Amino acid sequence: MTLTFEDFPVGHFGTFGPRHVTREEIIAFATEFDPQPMHLDEEAAKRSMLRGLSGSGWHLSSLMMRMLFDGFIGRTASLGSPGVDELRWLSPLRPGDDLTLDVDVTQARVSQSRPDTGIVTFAMRVRNASGQTLLEATSPIMVKRRDAREKA
Amino acid sequence: MRFFEDIEVGQRRELGSFTFTADSIKTFARQFDPQRFHLDEEEGRKSLFGGLAASGWHVGSVCMKLLVAKGKEETATTLAAGGTPAVWGPSPGFRELRWHKPVLAGDTVTFSSVVESVRTSEKRPEWGIVQARNTGVNQRGEKVYSFLATAFVPRRGN
Repeated sequence: MTLTFEDFPVGHFGTFGPRHVTREEIIAFATEFDPQPMHLDEEAAKRSMLRGLSGSGWHLSSLMMRMLFDGFIGRTASLGSPGVDELRWLSPLRPGDDLTLDVDVTQARVSQSRPDTGIVTFAMRVRNASGQTLLEATSPIMVKRRDAREKA
Repeated sequence: MRFFEDIEVGQRRELGSFTFTADSIKTFARQFDPQRFHLDEEEGRKSLFGGLAASGWHVGSVCMKLLVAKGKEETATTLAAGGTPAVWGPSPGFRELRWHKPVLAGDTVTFSSVVESVRTSEKRPEWGIVQARNTGVNQRGEKVYSFLATAFVPRRGN
């Protein structure tokens, strides 16, 4: 069943994952989008502030998007997102990490300009298997209201 | 790349352009954001975006790609002039990221970066903290993307 605005009350929404991340994936993403030595080369990475090979923050963010999709966005009447209010990279993504995503709804309101649409603000937290938080973000997503779904 | 002492509020860097082909949009989306409007032209046309639209995370990752390329170019220039390039640290994150308008298949986005604030770090005296507004504009001059990025930048003499 497709999830609509009404399925996102304020509070804890769910926990998703785990998603295993390989060294090959980290290097492939970095090669294309973020070819800095700390994301590509073990030796250079050891000398960096992050002390060891780490994934690009944009890779981690994109993995969060995929976990959101697999978790619930893929079956939500989502109309996309206008942006991300704040995103913090708190600890580095490492090869072999198993990621878990916690999602909370912090606000849910009907759009003033589009009454058939709701705006749901999510607080997201990605953590690794040892419970260390790697990423925190707050982002609104536009979701259709239930009575608007048929017209879509 | 420049040292903290060489960076001033208002400084602007041109980061270059990127054309989002349908192929590149779908390849990124299949991996990270397989929502229907990022994978299929017809679904894109029926959506609020009005066409096959790039994932916002694809736009963000491309901006990073151009930022890194620009940094490497600046480093090469400094080395060629006999200078010492700065090696920037990791970013703790960003704020106010906005996908102002969809980036559709065939769009060319030109990115730039303008420094908004500079301050020293109390916890890490060898580093400064720079905030820059990175912006993407399409071929029609419409702003499609912007965010306020934060980076650790090394101070000279450390």
